[in-house]
Amino acid sequence: MSLVSLNSSVEKNTDSGKQTRQVRELVASWGNQTRKGIVLRGERLKELSREAVLARGLGRSYGDSALPADESDILVETMMADRILAFDPESGHIRVEAGMSLFELNRLFLRRGFFCPVSPGTQFVTFGGMVASDVHGKMSHASGCFGSHHVNSMLMRVADGRLIECNADCEPDLFWATIGGMGLTGHILEVEFTLERITSPWIYSQSRRIANIDSFMDHLLDDGAQWPHGVGWIDCVSQGRNMGRGLLDVGRWASEDEAQGRSLPTKRRASFPMYLPEWALNRFTVKSFNTLYYWKHLQKKREGIRHPDDFFYPLDAILNWNKVYGRRGFTQYQCVLPSSAGRGAARHFLSVLTALGGASPLCVIKDCGEEGKGMLSFPMKGISIALDLAIRDNTQQIVDRLNQVVIELGGRIYLTKDTFTRAEDFRRMEPRLDAFLAVREKWDPKGKFSSAQSKRLFGR
Amino acid sequence: MNTILLGGTKGIGRALAREIIEAGNQVFLIGRDPDELERSAADLRARHPQNTETGWALCDLEDPSSFEKALTLGTAYLGRLHTVVVTAGLFALQEDLEEDTELARRLLTVNFANTVTFCEYARKRLLAQGGGTLCVLSSVAGDRGRKPVALYGASKAGLSHYLESLDHKYRDQGLITICVKPGFVRTGMTAGLKAPPFAGNPEDVAKTIYRAIEKGSPLVYTPAMWGVVMAVIRRLPRGVMRRINF
Ligand SMILES: Cc1cc2nc3c(=O)[nH]c(=O)nc-3n(C[C@H](O)[C@H](O)[C@H](O)COP(=O)(O)OP(=O)(O)OC[C@H]3O[C@@H](n4cnc5c(N)ncnc54)[C@H](O)[C@@H]3O)c2cc1C
Ligand SMILES: NC(=O)c1ccc[n+]([C@@H]2O[C@H](COP(=O)([O-])OP(=O)(O)OC[C@H]3O[C@@H](n4cnc5c(N)ncnc54)[C@H](OP(=O)(O)O)[C@@H]3O)[C@@H](O)[C@H]2O)c1
Repeated sequence: MSLVSLNSSVEKNTDSGKQTRQVRELVASWGNQTRKGIVLRGERLKELSREAVLARGLGRSYGDSALPADESDILVETMMADRILAFDPESGHIRVEAGMSLFELNRLFLRRGFFCPVSPGTQFVTFGGMVASDVHGKMSHASGCFGSHHVNSMLMRVADGRLIECNADCEPDLFWATIGGMGLTGHILEVEFTLERITSPWIYSQSRRIANIDSFMDHLLDDGAQWPHGVGWIDCVSQGRNMGRGLLDVGRWASEDEAQGRSLPTKRRASFPMYLPEWALNRFTVKSFNTLYYWKHLQKKREGIRHPDDFFYPLDAILNWNKVYGRRGFTQYQCVLPSSAGRGAARHFLSVLTALGGASPLCVIKDCGEEGKGMLSFPMKGISIALDLAIRDNTQQIVDRLNQVVIELGGRIYLTKDTFTRAEDFRRMEPRLDAFLAVREKWDPKGKFSSAQSKRLFGR
Repeated sequence: MNTILLGGTKGIGRALAREIIEAGNQVFLIGRDPDELERSAADLRARHPQNTETGWALCDLEDPSSFEKALTLGTAYLGRLHTVVVTAGLFALQEDLEEDTELARRLLTVNFANTVTFCEYARKRLLAQGGGTLCVLSSVAGDRGRKPVALYGASKAGLSHYLESLDHKYRDQGLITICVKPGFVRTGMTAGLKAPPFAGNPEDVAKTIYRAIEKGSPLVYTPAMWGVVMAVIRRLPRGVMRRINF
């Protein structure tokens, strides 16, 4: 079955009986940074994407990548463009509109024996957003990134107004620059990829306590070779012998026998009711939280069948958990430390972090896997570390200092999480930048597309 | 439940089509845009538990000559017809309607005269085969004369009136008529408007409508809180309505 046959590149203007209303509104990132802009919403992405300077999905990027650069900028929100355009149950090939969410895909296909080959730590993301950030998951060491390794083709609206179907053979420069390109090369309207077959909708997982960062480095690599999915949570507050202690969570899809035909229940979700005041998160509460989290595992090891939502998306259990950080919001610092920097790199990074006192109740560590093929994709061979920082007066200094370490070690940061990196620092960690900017210039010579992030880092 | 759905390409209709399909039923889409219909039919097929195909045909609420044919094609496709649903409708701001009288005429025609005409064809067809359900989306805007929805509200008031009468008159003969009155629902229709408290999502609203069809409830407010809100609004004295802008 050719999936592309359904995509009509013919356009027409249909009168929907209503003029589009353009009102300025406050647009927020997941870290609760806000900017004013004009947001268009609707089902018809082909029409709505014509004027827009940036597309936006479910706003799960922590940083300023889905925020407008200017008050008069028009954004198109893709959420309502959420249809499956083709699905072949034999091969698992699927083509969807860019606003479809991973949540909806899971709801429909987990129980039918299919899963998205890459899934980030939340399912409230759109496929457009997953391509634009070239997301990686718990399985990046095994399955790579969504865009780089799994997208077969996509339909885009580019700056001169044309609709272009691009893939590795057709307009490959546009294709590879768009994967991980943070929305700056054009609007993604449709995405085609292949679902992975799974043995059951349940996960068989093992989680255990790890004593410190050195032990973590060993286990990430050893366990990674045996388990397709794996991620670690580390305590970034403890110093000395306990530095980098935490939990390692690995898993695989349960076999039919293990699942015993049990049907998968739908998870209930709570919602965080309000913004916490700033004093609620301090060194003491964070430390207590981390200790509790570590010791929650009384036995050193726990193994068995788990709901995939608990395994892949623990944070989705509470909607709007980002309000915990108060109105001032927070940022996530995520970097990769390349294998070439040696085994001591993570310990060095953590010692700088703990000395800065950048308390974070959640710090995630994983094996990054192979480098993404997207021109600005984040992963490279090495260890990724991600930590949340409540925004305080010294956040800029903390990020600057951490960036200095990352530059020295030859690593880089993840754009979809970033709000504070300085343009000159980003350039120093990104040798691929000029090649990306050249493709962007080719497809958008007049500078139509921009975001708050692109203005901060690339000047437009 | 075999259903013909007019308006399933967007908003509440899209969500309702999915709700019906995912329960393993058959839907036949009718609407005005072939491209959109084909894409929505593909979406429904992928969501159907048995991957069953969804058919579609053209039907434009601005063109009454398209109604009979669409119903005939739908019935032929589905075999036995159980339910006809209309979620298609037009909305425009009162200020735009006041300025553009031609737009007002179009909206009044589509939402009232043509929707009722369509329902008349559907009524005859359902009665002829021994009964069934006719479910139509009206609006809370038709419950009381209000400043911000004078024209749109009037079209929906007329529609609600007709649907109530139809249910009184034909329920004995097996025709169940359901009048759905949504409050504010976040769809493309309301994009750009400031959402009031108790705004709903199309998915939740669709679940309520599906249940109402199963139960045969003649009148549904959704989200439910709007039933309470409108009960108060209907009782407010005229002097108060003249002063407030709700
Ligand atoms: C709890 C949590 C856990 C996470 N875990 C992971 C993880 O494990 N791995 C990982 O890689 N990421 C992770 N993320 C980050 C998240 O996956 C990305 O930020 C993702 O891009 C968000 O998708 P979105 O649809 O919300 O996009 P948005 O946040 O709305 O947009 C993100 C970027 O994509 C662009 N974009 C969106 N849609 C389109 C489109 N149709 N066309 C062109 N550009 C578009 C925007 O312009 C913007 O630059 C996590 C986020 C959260 C909140
Ligand atoms: N959203 C609310 O808050 C709200 C509140 C109260 C009542 N309602 C009522 O609920 C119903 C559904 O609303 P919604 O928000 O889902 O609307 P919507 O998102 O605008 O969807 C309207 C649907 O009607 C179709 N349609 C419009 N004009 C048509 C025509 N001339 N011929 C055939 N089909 C036509 C559209 O098809 P295309 O794809 O071809 O455009 C689309 O599928 C409407 O009757 C509305 O008045 C809505």
